[in-house]
Amino acid sequence: MISGSIDESLRTIRENDGRIHAFLHVAKHDVPAIQPADSFPVAIKDNLVTTDMPTTCGSRILGEFYSPFDATAVARLRAAGGVIVGKTNLDEFAMGSSTEHSAFGVTRNPWDDTRVAGGSSGGSAAAVAAGMVPVALGSETGGSVRQPAAFCGIVGVKPTYGRVSRNGLVAFASSLDQIGVFSRRVAESAELLAIIAGHDPLDSTSSRVLVDDYRDGIDSGVSGLRVGIVGEAIRDLKGEVRANFDAAVEVYRRGGAKVETAHVPSIGYSIAVYYIIANAEASTNLSRFDGIRYGHRSARARTLGEIYFDSRGEGFGPEVKRRIMLGTFALSSGYYDAYYGRAQKVRAKLRADFATAFKQFDILLTPTTPEPAFRIGEKVSDPLSMYLSDIFTAPANLAGIPAMAVPSGFSSEGLPLSLQIMAPHFQEKVMFRAAQFFENETAYWRATT
Amino acid sequence: MTWEAVIGLEVHARLLTESKLFCGCATSFGAAPNTHVCPVCLAYPGALPVLNRRAVELAIRMAIATDCEVQPRSVFARKNYFYPDLPKGYQISQFERPIGTGGHVENGGMTVRLTRIHIEEDAGKLMHESDRSLVDLNRAGTPLIEIVSEPDLRSASDAAAYFTRLRQILMYTGACDGNMEEGSLRCDANVSLRRPGAPLGTRSEVKNVNSFRYLARAIEFEIERQTAILESGGKIVQETRLFDPAAGETRSMRTKEESHDYRYFPDPDLLTLEIEQSWIESIRGTVPLLPRQRIARYQQDYAISAGDAEVLTADRGIADFFEATAAEAANAKSAANWVRNEVLRVLNDRKTELADYRVTPAMLGRLIRLIDSGAIGGKAAKEVFDEMSESGDQPETIVEKKGLSQVSDPAAIRDAALLVLERNPAQVEQYRAGKIQIFGFLVGQLMKEMRGRANAEMANQVIRELLESPRA
Repeated sequence: MISGSIDESLRTIRENDGRIHAFLHVAKHDVPAIQPADSFPVAIKDNLVTTDMPTTCGSRILGEFYSPFDATAVARLRAAGGVIVGKTNLDEFAMGSSTEHSAFGVTRNPWDDTRVAGGSSGGSAAAVAAGMVPVALGSETGGSVRQPAAFCGIVGVKPTYGRVSRNGLVAFASSLDQIGVFSRRVAESAELLAIIAGHDPLDSTSSRVLVDDYRDGIDSGVSGLRVGIVGEAIRDLKGEVRANFDAAVEVYRRGGAKVETAHVPSIGYSIAVYYIIANAEASTNLSRFDGIRYGHRSARARTLGEIYFDSRGEGFGPEVKRRIMLGTFALSSGYYDAYYGRAQKVRAKLRADFATAFKQFDILLTPTTPEPAFRIGEKVSDPLSMYLSDIFTAPANLAGIPAMAVPSGFSSEGLPLSLQIMAPHFQEKVMFRAAQFFENETAYWRATT
Repeated sequence: MTWEAVIGLEVHARLLTESKLFCGCATSFGAAPNTHVCPVCLAYPGALPVLNRRAVELAIRMAIATDCEVQPRSVFARKNYFYPDLPKGYQISQFERPIGTGGHVENGGMTVRLTRIHIEEDAGKLMHESDRSLVDLNRAGTPLIEIVSEPDLRSASDAAAYFTRLRQILMYTGACDGNMEEGSLRCDANVSLRRPGAPLGTRSEVKNVNSFRYLARAIEFEIERQTAILESGGKIVQETRLFDPAAGETRSMRTKEESHDYRYFPDPDLLTLEIEQSWIESIRGTVPLLPRQRIARYQQDYAISAGDAEVLTADRGIADFFEATAAEAANAKSAANWVRNEVLRVLNDRKTELADYRVTPAMLGRLIRLIDSGAIGGKAAKEVFDEMSESGDQPETIVEKKGLSQVSDPAAIRDAALLVLERNPAQVEQYRAGKIQIFGFLVGQLMKEMRGRANAEMANQVIRELLESPRA
């Protein structure tokens, strides 16, 4: 069902990417290769390692790094007929919500090129939204697939933690990272996820739970489905995002779902907890970029200390440095218990709260983002306001549950809005069914073609 | 008033696995630099660790052998610091929740308590040249266990003895090859002084002590150094010191203020290590009897002296060789003598490993049987043994080939004895005149006549009878 011509994809990229800047590398398929009938073009976020193109993570520190191996998800895609037409832009090491932190320039929103495409997987989202590829892979740590999907008016899925192997995904925060998918239609995301999901012996955290047939019964509607509205999340929500969300909820009610308010009392701590845990893990995950074995080594470094300080000083951008410092602090002797230790406790509480809520509900709903795509430059100098972009998405990463963004209409300025659907661990199937129902009833996706 | 030394050891032992702790690379020693490496142990972007089950098994085996409690749940943590031999910028180790806790090692008359045993990965190696430093990451990621003792040791010789004992247990369990020259076993010592009965003093940690002799020397040096400071009214600074084997002294590496904040936290790339009781029990079945247990058994069941038992159990291979020989020979005492005196001599003379030795316990056991049944004499047995060690031939074959079988036929010995007495009338007369020392000469002549094959006991008896009896 995922289909598209490789040549046409490459042509569209050539024609449009000068404006959008979704891609950091485009495959060299100038002479049309003969492709098998089931092949399809796919774009890959540039923090997934590939042997045939460089992997930059949107950072100067990796230089012209070529991986000696393909990420497991990439290898599975290739085996299923996926042809990687290019690698997409991202905030450096996936740290950001706008791609403005890429070392190689911002990706523009196809709906309004003065606005961001979201992030960190903004390049993949924009590439799908602009019709350059039918599907793309991104990665999530706190909302980096769902938020750009919302800003670009497409479907974005973050599966259950452990559903997709992280082997070959350059680590940001290992306990939160998960590869996700983008498409215009719900069923395409279901199909793409089924290709890359499943146990991988190369990732100790990948799950042995069997992968469901996500498309089986995907059109069977939501009659009787127990739908929870996360009360704590939408309590202070106003304006057109609130109106759009209420309208989306109404679609479920009309479809026969049993809609009630759900409670996840600790959800309000998510952003604080998220930025402690994510940065703590990032601070050590990024230690391997030391200028010793690969990547950028400062030309002026003469001593060992200079290799470290100058290579990392020159190679990392300001947001990455900020997070390494914050994370290092959170793990420091004397501060560990107050920050990292406490954040882990609150995270456990959040997981428990979700587990309790899912005893009553099959899925939970919130908006995907508190606002539509913001303007380029609007938040880049205000990290805290940028961090709040993740307010609805980060809880699912902390709890490890699957969640997805589905287009839910447009703002008065014509910018896409998005509904978030969350489901219990490994219940992607019910999540896709609920999303497919919404797509069938609303068809906002049509506006994107 | 004297000072009492308080010493605890941290011993790092490389586990005897085929592959590294978190990847499939070989662990072999001495390969060309950077040939046993992969994306995981080079810390390439996106590569993830996957725990080696065999390493966990060996760690559990050592924990069982030292009476540690094997924890059903233990946690791998990241120890963060930058160094070129550490590709990830952190070492995967165990911190708050190690795999083994408690335990103890009997050391002579005293018990050394263990704090913990944990699993961790080794770093690579740096080679410094005049104008550059080179990194070899073959060793990066090889599995280690760290065995931490309580500060129960009181002298340099105590510490060296404990380290020896620990090495012996590591080698018995097959957890480590104990090869200190190749760095399979390394030791850090924590040393402090106090007045007897007083609370613990400030300690220094001495790193890089890679032999029993160096360990003893390093500790002696530390005791002298700290004593001098304390006697002159000074204070010990908590610090890490490096032992310099050439100078025989320790030097300050860094003080507590300069020490790293390792920022330990659970490694999110690895799951909690959960160990089922049934696995522990099945590993328990593979832990061999340890030296201490064997010494007790040898003394009790075989009536072997404590000293002999100590020698026989120093190496597990020798102990196993002895036990198999004793079983085959059905004569433990004799087996003990042969192994202790002859086998060890040959191995030592030829610088041979037991694994390459041509004599098997079955062969030696049968040789002892040949002696015990009277088929060959003691002198011939030595000859057979030497030939076995040389050629690897079976003892029966050698006896046959060399015609070494013992003559125990009374008639044959008597015939030969008569011949000897006939040829030596003067000596016979001297004996009968009371010079009984001449007896040995006549027996010797008989043995010579029979080319050493005469049953020695019977030869004595026959000569005596003929000399004592009235003239035939």
